[in-house]
Parts: sequence; C-alpha cells; structure tokens
Amino acid sequence: MSTVDTPRTILEAQAMSKSFPGVQALDNVDFRIYEGQLNALVGENGAGKTTLMNILSGVFPPDSGRILLRGNEVVFNRPKEAQEAGISVIFQELNLLPNLSVAENIFLGREPLTRLGLIDYAQMEERSRSLLERLKCPVNPRSLVSNLRIGQQQVVEIAKALSFDSRVIIMDEPTSAITESETSVLFDLIDSLKSEGVAIVYITHKLEELERIGDWLTVLRDGCWVGSGRQTDYDRDSIVRMMVGRKMNQDLSTESRRRITVGEELFKAENISVEQVNRPGHYLVKKVSFSVDRGEVLGIFGLMGAGRTALLEALFGLRNEFSRGNTFLEGRRVNINSPGEAIRAGIAFAPEDRKEEGLVLKMTVAENTSLASLKESERFFVLDSSLERDQVQGFIDRLRIKTPSLSTPVLNLSGGNQQKVILAKWLATSPKLLMLDEPTRGIDIGAKQEIYSLIEELTGAGLAVLMASSELPEIMRLSDRIIVMAEGRKTAEFSREEADTESIMKAALHFRAAV
Amino acid sequence: MIDGQVRLKQELIRFQSIIALLLMVVAMSFLSDNFLTTANGWNILRQISVNLCLSIGMTLVILTGGIDLSVGAVLAISGAFAAGLLKNGIAFSEADLLIQFSVSGAILAGLLMGLFLGWFNGLMITRFRIPPFVATLGMFSIARGLTMLWTKGFPITGLGETFAIIGTGNYLGIPMPVWISAALVTVFVVVTRKTRFGRYVYALGGSERASLLSGLNVDRIKVAVYTICGGLSAVGGLLVTSRLDSAQPNAGLGYELDSIAAVVIGGTSLSGGRGSILGTLLGCLIIGVLNNGLILLDVSPFWQQVVKGLVILTAVAIDKMSKKLQ
Repeated sequence: MSTVDTPRTILEAQAMSKSFPGVQALDNVDFRIYEGQLNALVGENGAGKTTLMNILSGVFPPDSGRILLRGNEVVFNRPKEAQEAGISVIFQELNLLPNLSVAENIFLGREPLTRLGLIDYAQMEERSRSLLERLKCPVNPRSLVSNLRIGQQQVVEIAKALSFDSRVIIMDEPTSAITESETSVLFDLIDSLKSEGVAIVYITHKLEELERIGDWLTVLRDGCWVGSGRQTDYDRDSIVRMMVGRKMNQDLSTESRRRITVGEELFKAENISVEQVNRPGHYLVKKVSFSVDRGEVLGIFGLMGAGRTALLEALFGLRNEFSRGNTFLEGRRVNINSPGEAIRAGIAFAPEDRKEEGLVLKMTVAENTSLASLKESERFFVLDSSLERDQVQGFIDRLRIKTPSLSTPVLNLSGGNQQKVILAKWLATSPKLLMLDEPTRGIDIGAKQEIYSLIEELTGAGLAVLMASSELPEIMRLSDRIIVMAEGRKTAEFSREEADTESIMKAALHFRAAV
Repeated sequence: MIDGQVRLKQELIRFQSIIALLLMVVAMSFLSDNFLTTANGWNILRQISVNLCLSIGMTLVILTGGIDLSVGAVLAISGAFAAGLLKNGIAFSEADLLIQFSVSGAILAGLLMGLFLGWFNGLMITRFRIPPFVATLGMFSIARGLTMLWTKGFPITGLGETFAIIGTGNYLGIPMPVWISAALVTVFVVVTRKTRFGRYVYALGGSERASLLSGLNVDRIKVAVYTICGGLSAVGGLLVTSRLDSAQPNAGLGYELDSIAAVVIGGTSLSGGRGSILGTLLGCLIIGVLNNGLILLDVSPFWQQVVKGLVILTAVAIDKMSKKLQ
C-alpha cells in the first residue's frame, strides 16, 4: 500500500533536546510522523525513544525544540492536552484499572452523564461496543478488564485512544507481552487504523515485525538522530549497523584492557529455567547454561525483557518455586533457596534498582554498608560500634566513596556513590561471585569509569563477576566472555576476541538465521 | 555540612516532644498545686508503666512497618489466664486431677500466653501474607472472646499478697511497676540500638525488599517482633491484674489506641524504619501527664478523650511539617 510521493505529515518534532541530571537523553532529534502510516522508532535501550515519546505525549516538556501538529506549533504541558489534541500512547505496561469494566476504563474521567448527573451506563456501553466493533474485538463492554487476556486489554487501550478521536497512536513495544496469534490480530488492526488515516508510532526491538508492517523508520542512538527513511530502503543488517554505530568499536580499541588470564572454573549454571510467577508454562528464562572462571567477567547482554534480571534473581535464591536447574560452586553442587544461603555460599548480588532493592534509603552509609555482614561486628550479641565503623571506613577508603561522614543518610549520596556503597556492602561479605545487574544505570560518566576500574581491580584479585547489562559499550568494555539472551534463551556466546557489536546485537534481536 | 544540618533537625524533632512535655509540666504546675509533688510524680510513672510495656512492643512492630491492634486484648487474656490458674488451677475432672499453680508458675503461664498469641500474629502475617492490620484485628477478637470464655464474664479476684507485689509493691521507695517498665525500656533501648536484631528491625521497616536482598531472614524478624509485642502485652496484663488484685474481663479495652498514640507522638514513623524507644517513652510521659493533669483539674473524662485526640493530631502534624522543611 505504498502511496504515491510522500504522505502528509501530521506531527513533527524538530530539534528536540532534553537532558536529565548526568544524561543527554535527546540531542537535536528530528522525527516526522506521517498520516496513515506506521512510523517505527528503533534504537538500543537508552537511545532516547522513551524520552521522545514522553515529550510528544506531554509527559514532560523538551529543553528545546518544537512540536508541529499539522504544521502549527503546539505546546503540551500535560498528557491530557496531548490527548485532546489527538495523540494517545499505549504503554508497555497497560494503563487500565483491572477492577473496572471495559466501558468504565474507556471513558474513565469523562463518563457521559444522564440529566440527573448520574453515569449514563447505557450510552457508555453503547459507545464502547461500537468502538470495539470497529476494532473487530467481540468483548462485552461490561466485563471486567482483569478477566481479559493481555491482547484484549491492548485492544481496549486502542479503543480508549480512538474514543479521544486520536489521529496519532504511539505504541511502546506492543507485542512484548502477547502471543503470536494476538500479534497477528494486532497487525490487522494496525492496518485498518492506517487505512482510516491514523498515524501509528511503533517502538520495537523486533525488526522482523517492521518488515511486515513498517512504512517509515527512524533510528536513534545515544539520544541522537541517526537516520530515517522508508522501511523498504533498509535491511536488518543496515538497521543494526545504525543502531550500534561505528564508534563503539573505536572505544574498544583505545581503551586500556587488563590482562586476560583464564582462571579455574568457579561457578557453573546448567539449564536454568525461570517460570513466570502468575503464568504457569510461560518462561522468563529457558534452559540457560554458562560458567564463570575466577577473575573473569562474564557479560550477559540482552535487550529489555530478555530475562537477564530473572536469571540473576533465580541464581540468588529469589525465585525458588519458579526456577529449575543446577548450580555448581567450585565444582560442588549448591542448592540456593534464599539470599541468605547465597551469601553464605559466597554469592553477592547488586540489583538493578538501587533505591528500592539495593539500599535502605532511610539508613546511614555505615548501616547500609554493614547490613549484609553485621555478624562480624557483633561481640556477645551486642554490636561493637567502633569495630563496625572501622570495617566500614576500610571499605569507604578502598572504594573511594565520597560521603561527608559515615552517619550521612545514604539518600544524600550521588548515584555513583550509592552504587559503591552497595558494592562495599557485598565486598564486606567476602564473596567469590559478584553478580551485577545494570551496574551503572543512571550514573554519570565519571562515576561509571570509577566503577569499571573497581570491577577490574576486584577481578584482578580473583573475584568472578557476572554482569548483566543492556548497554553494549559497557558489556564490550568489561567482559572477558559475553553471553547474549533474547526472549529468555541464550542465543549466543562470544569470547572477547570474537565479539563485535553487530553480531552481539543480532543475537540480542534474535535473528534465527544469524545465530 | 549537610550531615550537620540533618543531625540538628533530627535533634530538633526529638526536642519537640521534650519541649511539649516541659511546657505541659510548667503549665500544670501553675494550674494545680497537687501536680508538682513527689507523690504525684511516682503516680504518673506508675500509671504509664502499663502503657509503656505495650508501647515498647508497639514501637518494634511499627518500626518494621506493621501494626498490632491486639495488644489490649492480649493483655486481658494473659492477665486473666495467670489469675485464673493462680486462683483455681486447672481441673481435669475425668482424671480427678487438679493442677495448682504457684505465683511464679502462673506468671510464667501468663507470659507464655502473650508470647504464643504474638507468635500466632507473626505466623499469620508471614506464612499467610495477611496484612498486619487484619491479622491483629482478628487476634483482637479472638483474645477478647477467649478472655470472656475463660472468666465467664466475671472478674477473677482475691489473688493473694505475693502476686500483688508486682503491681503494688515498692523497692527502695520506687513502685514495682516503675522498676519493671524502666528495666524494659533499658533493655529495649539496647536491643534497638546495639544489637543485630535491632538493626534488622530498622532495615526491614526501611525497605523490606532491600533487607531480603541483603540476606536478612525477613519473616523470622517479623515473627520475633510480633512475639515480643505479645510478651510485653502479657507483662502489662500481669501488672494491671496484680495492681487491681483482679482480672477484669474487659481489661485493657482501648489500650491499643493509647499505645499507638504514644509511639506516634514519640516520633516513630508509621511507615516504618524510623523512630526510637526513648521517643516512645516521651510519648507515654506526655499522655500520662496529660491524663493526670486533666484529672487533677477535674476535667470531665469525655473531654480528656477529646484533648488526647487533639494532642495526637498536633504531634503528627508538626512531625509532617518539619519533615517537609527538610
């Protein structure tokens, strides 16, 4: 259904820039959205897709740049204004209230009223029904959203968007949580929306989908515009090349690498599977095996939803009832059922979410540092505070943590120093294997470098490190070996010499042919 | 520098309660001649001793981010259980057997009853993931009902002089309940500030997820905290029963609210992770002085309740405002 010439532009972002503390999330990005077309937005995690989407839908304003709607400049101060202008977003985590009905969700906050001021359910349900019919979705407007499948909930979100008369619908990874048959229903739906002239903005990691439904493509990398054009002008390889860029290979060559010595095997995982908590038979991780040597960094690369975090959590004893597989530490089989057991076995885990999972924000730097090893500071059931302070001070010096004092609330530290406090907490337990999940997320560049050299220092001393990350440069810089995960499976393994950004990205995007 | 400011503000928050207490003492001294006397001083301390026992346990529970609505009811059943055993023993009519209890045996049994019911709360909360509010509300009803069954709705009186010592006796001129509650305050100040368990309680209230990921046995800590709270409620029950020489079927009615009030006035955050035993001591003193003063001034008991409510609201509002200033 290629149209003659270029279709009409409905919405356009010009020279968008946005920065957050420590990160330039968007840098002078242009993005054009065509009427009746699928406008795909691709890029690695952290490329700026979400930021751009949030600006276009009025979640926050850009630092600079203009939004043009049908050629006229518009300013959205809040999501509602964007919605009223005909721009709707369907988030990855659907935004529906599970205990309300379909119709109540569609008209939430703007329910039609009867003359008495009560909700006009008859009208609401009738209008919902006709919207759902238009979407060819035979769902009763009265049924509770919690009783619908994810794919059906997505359609309800689309119905809600249409009820605003949306001309632009932004979909953030809409196929990440739905089955294949639901996906083909969604694609048919997208086709019919396009023929009604609705512009779709489609954010995805799954390039093969774009071959089926894409019309226009824009690639972002590190907050910058890299290229855009007709979908048909690009093949997968050229898209991947645009996503990863050339600069990372340069990074790699200029950066000073520590020696690579192969130590003896410290940890081995065999056929680790993790089931989804409330969906039996669905797996977050499926039969993943790997091993880590002493003094080695094993990088686990994968895009959002690849199962990295679930894998690490399972190894740390956090997903007992839902995980299977065997683990061996120093050649001996270990069975870990709780974080306490993991710590005693010599495994440490610095989680992705520092503030919620890594730290007790209400406590001080010292209290957080000693939390996992408090027993060491105990004498006759009573804590010896001078002993505790000495130990904590030792780690603070060693990791060069910048804090006004030991009794400063950890909340007041910068992200980089908070991460170092978490590392200090784990080093205090004298671990053999340190698992890191996104160790530098949201940390500024200077602190990142410090954490990198710290990791190198620790592995130099014989510690084995298992590092999951969605940042390719980070993986490339630190890892001795790299395994790649996609949709819960291990799709490739590279030695340091073999690894190049394009083949890693291909494995992460799960090109069956390439693996 | 930031550190110093935070410290100062923390100190000021603690001082708020002390200042409030001093203001009340000064005001009462002017309003009533009978207030600032040694006898009345001991009187206040003795009167708050029961609430102090409950409030220490409540502080631990609230520090973990929970709540215990059953303390008053557990107080009642524990006191009645001890009193009943002491007075009547347990009779097994089929076996023609009567087990008599000594004073210390009955006291021990009362304490075990409190510990057991507290443990049961902890079990419900950790094993069946029942929210603390609901679990302890259930226990409130269970323990109230058990008290009625055990006492058949009548007070158990005439418990003997030995048993009366813990509630009415003096040692070195200081009432026994004051000794007991002072000892408990000391012990739990040390427990909260100087032991691993105490530190874990704060960590758990600060972030359960981070505590779990740091290897803490979160469930065991919770069970311990509710068990301790039950045990301390039993201590309160024994003090009340001994003091009155009688186990009342509806003893401790509404005490849970007084103890939550004392904890909150003492600056412990209801969301957990922040607070102290000494703050709770201050909270108990403020409530005690308030009750005592209003009685001395001959204010109607109905108004006393209104005033107490206003004090709680004021204390928490000031606390919230000062947090916002930070």
